[in-house]
Amino acid sequence: MQPSPSRRALRVLSAVALVLLATLPVGADEHAFVGAQVLPISGEPILDGVLVISGNKITAVGARGDVEIPAGAEVHDVSGKFLMPGLVDTHSHIGGGWAADRSAPIQPGVRNMDSIDARSPGFQRARAGGLTTLNVMPGSGHLLSGQTSYLKLRPARTIDDLIIRTEDGRVAGGIKMANGTNSRRDPPFPGTRGKSAALVREQFIKAQEYRDKLERAGDDPEKRPQRDLDMEALVEVLEGKRIVHHHTHRHDDILTVLRLRDEFGFRVVLHHVSEAWMVAEEIAAAGVPSSLIVIDSPGGKLEAKNVAFKSGAALEAAGADVSIHTDDWITDSRHFFRSAALAVRAGMTRNGALHALTLAGARQMDLQDRIGSLEPGKDADFIILSGEPFSVYTKVLQTWVEGEKVFDRELPEDQLIAVGGWGAGDSRSAHIACFDHEDDHR
Amino acid sequence: MRSRNLIFSLFLSALFLAALSGNAATIAIEGEIIYTMAGPPIENGVVVITDGKITAVGPVSGVNVPENIPVYSAKVVTPGLIDAHSVVGLAGYLNQDHDQDQLERSAPMQPELRAIDAYNAREALVEWVRGLGVTTLHTGHGPGSLISGQTMIVKTWGDTVAEAVVKETAMIAATLGEGAVREGGKPPGTRAKAVAMLRSELLKAQDYAAKQNVDDGEDGEDRESKLPPRNLRLEALAQVLSGDLPLLVTVNRHNDIATALRLQEEFGFKLVLDHAAEAYLLIDEIKAAGVPVIVHPTMKRASGENENLSMETAARLADAGIPIALQSGFEGYVPKTRVLLFEAAIAAANGLGFERTLQTITLDAAKLLGIDDRVGSLEVGKDGDLALYNGDPFEYLTHCQGVIIDGEIVSSEPR
Repeated sequence: MQPSPSRRALRVLSAVALVLLATLPVGADEHAFVGAQVLPISGEPILDGVLVISGNKITAVGARGDVEIPAGAEVHDVSGKFLMPGLVDTHSHIGGGWAADRSAPIQPGVRNMDSIDARSPGFQRARAGGLTTLNVMPGSGHLLSGQTSYLKLRPARTIDDLIIRTEDGRVAGGIKMANGTNSRRDPPFPGTRGKSAALVREQFIKAQEYRDKLERAGDDPEKRPQRDLDMEALVEVLEGKRIVHHHTHRHDDILTVLRLRDEFGFRVVLHHVSEAWMVAEEIAAAGVPSSLIVIDSPGGKLEAKNVAFKSGAALEAAGADVSIHTDDWITDSRHFFRSAALAVRAGMTRNGALHALTLAGARQMDLQDRIGSLEPGKDADFIILSGEPFSVYTKVLQTWVEGEKVFDRELPEDQLIAVGGWGAGDSRSAHIACFDHEDDHR
Repeated sequence: MRSRNLIFSLFLSALFLAALSGNAATIAIEGEIIYTMAGPPIENGVVVITDGKITAVGPVSGVNVPENIPVYSAKVVTPGLIDAHSVVGLAGYLNQDHDQDQLERSAPMQPELRAIDAYNAREALVEWVRGLGVTTLHTGHGPGSLISGQTMIVKTWGDTVAEAVVKETAMIAATLGEGAVREGGKPPGTRAKAVAMLRSELLKAQDYAAKQNVDDGEDGEDRESKLPPRNLRLEALAQVLSGDLPLLVTVNRHNDIATALRLQEEFGFKLVLDHAAEAYLLIDEIKAAGVPVIVHPTMKRASGENENLSMETAARLADAGIPIALQSGFEGYVPKTRVLLFEAAIAAANGLGFERTLQTITLDAAKLLGIDDRVGSLEVGKDGDLALYNGDPFEYLTHCQGVIIDGEIVSSEPR
């Protein structure tokens, strides 16, 4: 049915009015997103919800009618859509991010932020997948391959545009460790699991001594030991300022990590944890969080022969803290929701899986006060979905980081990144940061 | 007796019933919706299988189901899925030297390598993909060598290759582009050299084939003595030239796809394009050549020669009327195999749509592989291969609840 001429005129007029409104200055960059089913993660879903942001922060979340929409705010009608926090990926390799070299198996002083390509198209693919915060890690071919970088997917020209700073001004990040087979290789690398643990213990004991020297020296510069980048980073680990992100697959390797944690008291997140379902009780009892990879089939390497969709459910049932990661490019960031959905397929609760994509990851990076849920005062990092999060047919429509829209599926260039096609590639050969060596494949 | 309980409990009762009835060879599968691929979906339908073959399909109200036979039921029933290209069974899940037989690197062209001599029917990944609805696999020697060997078609059931096999030799697997190029100074070291080598070998095969066309001589010399000595390599390529075996060319970049079409025009073999990441740039050319495409796994990583692949490749080719199928492909690491059902789901959500995707991984794949007389749709006379689900098969949260091959329950653990 054709609209009548008068209605058509009205439409044209209202369209013109909208354009005019859009070009008018609005107060303090305030936006209100109205009508979506809002999943705050920190609270119950809100069927007809409102999210208000001002600048880079969230100012209000609630049901329509309960939330006051500021007079100057730009109102976005997102009826029928889903709105939730931006996804947090605790383990990614986008942008390269090499740290340690082949000279030694333990290199805590090396920062991967010094080698990340901030313009990698992988970052835009991550935005297309609804990701807003990443822990970009060096590989797993070392017992300790360096410092990881917690990144916000703001529009970026250089790495400085992406990094997150802690309240005391440090570059936020953890430290990457690994056990099992990836870090076993020719000397000076360890050849066995026993040697691997011994080398790690040796370094942590050295770091304890270095820390003690620092403490004894107090403010006396004469007594302070010479600065040592490796030791400084390990002291941060011992002091709990830098979380260990530990690649580990096999059930016995998982328990080795817990044993070392008990000895040195560092804070640790277990990563990949292929056989988590075998030792879920032990992991939960230790109070150690896990970050899972979800893989379409078991195997590919000996350590992953028992990887199973059910690990998320097993850890959740045992009461352990669980996040899920992409390990991009092992899995593509654009399919991040899918990883969580497969965990739900195998018995994890929807709520648990939504947490695993957001707030659980934030906690595992000490960022839970800033990201991971929709709460006033938190960063305005959120995504708009076309439908229910765990449906294959649902699309990420928009991704916002700190109040700025960084992905919009309606833009042709973003659509291209979202689905791929001519010109979407990077014309550079990708590498598998976690699995960089031919020997790793065995 | 009709029941709508869970598959597993039904499995037990079915065994019991079968023992009682003495009619173990007949079973029935009811579905709230049955996608036969041979007509519109049937609501509240039933499929009857006797001695491994489908004997009746239709609405429950219209089919005379024999008394006292096991009856299974599910929300959604489809034909067993057909993975149009895989290396599962040759490439094992442990990814150790001893279980990797999909690629022999000693020479660039070895079309004589048979897949049946390398297939492990008890491989864990065969069981894995079967549990997710795949009943037929086109598997064999993989990409990564100019000509890597033969492929075959198997059912994902049976303890030996002889029990599993549907077609001993299905195609000859070739690769163009970077995958064909070898390192360390061994030829071929460039794309053009690879093509020159392939053309030379095909010319030799033409010659070899021509020498087979001899009759008994007038001087009493019999035909046998005039034949050249048997050459397994040229025999295999002669079958490509005669059109008996398609050449399956794994290729991604547009220029390499064009090369494959150029070779096909020169030698007139049956070409099947495989992966074809940039096929959407050459839709007119592919269509004009009448060449089908087994499209890359939808979620294949976008890097190297695949950097421009699209989740919409399948939809764009199908929209243009190019025959397509989908595949799990080849993975060298983790995951060791992709899963057809999962790859199809992403294609369905990216332009191909539900019914077209289902058609692609059942009847269209069967046609492309030349086995549609046996599998691909639920029709009387075809093999009793079905997959059962508790919802839209492509949804992440739907489980594949049971799989039936040749009328036997081969998977009953919901996945």
